[in-house]
Amino acid sequence: MSKSKAVENVLRLYVAGTTPNSVRAIENIKLICEEYLEGRYDLEVIDIYQQPVLAKGDQIIAVPTLLRKLPTPLRKFVGDMSATERILVGLDLRPK
Amino acid sequence: MPKQNKTNKSVMIGLTKCPTGIQGLDEITGGGLPQGRPTLVCGSAGCGKTVLAMEFLLRGALQYNEPGVFICFEETPEDLTKNFAALGFDLNDLISRKLLDIDYIRIERSEMSETGEFNLEGLFVRLELAINTVKAKRVVLDTIEGLFAGFSNEAILRAELRRLFSWLKEKGVTAIITGEQGEKTLTRYGLEEYVADCVITLAHVSTEQIATRRLRIVKYRGSLHGTNDYPFLIDEQGISILPITSMGLDHAVSDEKISTGIPRLDTMFTGNGYYRGSSILVSGTSGSGKTSILSEFINAACKRGERCLFFIFEESPAQVIRNMRSIGIDLEPWIKKGLLRFHAARPSLYGLEMHLVTIHKQIKEFKPDVVAIDPISNLMNIGTLKETKSMITRLADFLKASIITGIFTNLTQSDSLEETAVGISSLMDTWLLLRDLEVNGERNRSLYILKSRGMKHSNQVRELLLTDKGIELQDVYVGAAGVLTGSARLSQEAVEKAEALIGKQGFEFMQRELERKRKILEAQITAMRTEFESEEDNLKRAVAEEKLSEKVTVQDRADMGKLRKADK
Repeated sequence: MSKSKAVENVLRLYVAGTTPNSVRAIENIKLICEEYLEGRYDLEVIDIYQQPVLAKGDQIIAVPTLLRKLPTPLRKFVGDMSATERILVGLDLRPK
Repeated sequence: MPKQNKTNKSVMIGLTKCPTGIQGLDEITGGGLPQGRPTLVCGSAGCGKTVLAMEFLLRGALQYNEPGVFICFEETPEDLTKNFAALGFDLNDLISRKLLDIDYIRIERSEMSETGEFNLEGLFVRLELAINTVKAKRVVLDTIEGLFAGFSNEAILRAELRRLFSWLKEKGVTAIITGEQGEKTLTRYGLEEYVADCVITLAHVSTEQIATRRLRIVKYRGSLHGTNDYPFLIDEQGISILPITSMGLDHAVSDEKISTGIPRLDTMFTGNGYYRGSSILVSGTSGSGKTSILSEFINAACKRGERCLFFIFEESPAQVIRNMRSIGIDLEPWIKKGLLRFHAARPSLYGLEMHLVTIHKQIKEFKPDVVAIDPISNLMNIGTLKETKSMITRLADFLKASIITGIFTNLTQSDSLEETAVGISSLMDTWLLLRDLEVNGERNRSLYILKSRGMKHSNQVRELLLTDKGIELQDVYVGAAGVLTGSARLSQEAVEKAEALIGKQGFEFMQRELERKRKILEAQITAMRTEFESEEDNLKRAVAEEKLSEKVTVQDRADMGKLRKADK
């Protein structure tokens, strides 16, 4: 993960332990980030079982959920992150 | 915070119940909601789902020491806090005392996109967090259908809901899940499919512009429950449900009799008045003295130191007090002493059921010995006869069960035997009928006892007089001229008095005449005797003279002989 000063994308992925959906989501989002946002992103993976209070604060209901905290507006992606096209559109990496 | 610790009769053995603490709900559910299971509460918008659910938590926390978790999908905790402050609950206080936790779940579809498979583990985790925070025994999800607005994958949602409900059961929490009413189903998204143990529907029904809230238990697996539509109201003390039809007829009765306040009426009931805890109906036409009869009874009860609750539906308390003072009944001191309370309301102010609930609340609060309602017929204007009858039935039952003497007036239209009154009279133990008798250009009040269960009573019609010293009952004139009242009675009585006087005078005259005749007779006897005596005297004298003269004659002869020297 890149820690450069010019971080443009702050992402937070909520997962539920090592459930298949969660494992898949982590793999999928990492691939997307590496491919499209290399050096321009900060991805934090949070296990809701470990940090339920964070989940509450971020209004997490479904898992896996990816939050795009920056740039604004806040975006939420729910699912195992397998719909790459939709994520790219949502992250403004692809024109709609 | 009002405390209402109710005794809960458990109808079923085997199923543990979780008392809600909501007034009336525990009675109709036979003790509360199924312990450790979810209950579905559904109804249209604004019917009171959230209030019911929240009150379940609050009462649980405050009365049964069972902390609760409120998961809201629609209102923010700030809104909830504000709304429930109006009902007298301080949510923030409960939260700080760890008796309540609120988690607001905000679902914004516009900022969310679905990118493959997911589940609602986040919801579970947050729920568990909240439950653990306060060690909750009770959970409310209000309304979980909000989820359907946030996610398009209904298949996942439904599977997750099923999982959620079994998870709640596993947790052993007693839960209320609320749901919006659907068009053909109980809830819009068919939640009843998942919550199979207990389903309660709420409705807000409006008839003739008067709205009434109603609650019904559609289903309660493994338990007996009331099946009716129960009216309920939401006021500053939360929800009150009227479970009155669930009452049986097994109440205790009192043998004590209490004075009617009218001595002559007491004697009509073999000297002692009404039974305590009985229901008395006073019916009559307008202006026949119904309120006066009630006031006399209330006055007498207050004199005995009993508490009276007087519901009036057509006058103001001040008006009643003034009017009763004019017949010598002063109710005001009793109000000051706190023995008497008036409750005045326009019948059309709210629905029939609401009236009943209000009456109940007042009774529970004031704990009276006597409840008077003047008149119940006014309530008929706002409901159908059947509704009114059912309401009065429930009220009469409730009063009897609490051994409170209930006295009701009923305004009747005509002197024909009161069709409306017939409907409710069967519930009444004692029925006094007041009638106006119109004869010879005047109207007079009369009273008789139509029935009085369980005691001998006079069958006589009495004339009712409103005097400066209260109600007086007079015998009506019953004689050859029929039953007479008022001036007709007075004039008839005068006629009889005159006749009696004449008769008396005649007798005295005859007595004097006889005396006089006797005196004349006696005088005559005396005269005759005097006459006789004088005659007797004369006769005696004559005899004596005769004897003397005879003697003289003999002497004379002898003398002559001597003189003549006659030889013999």
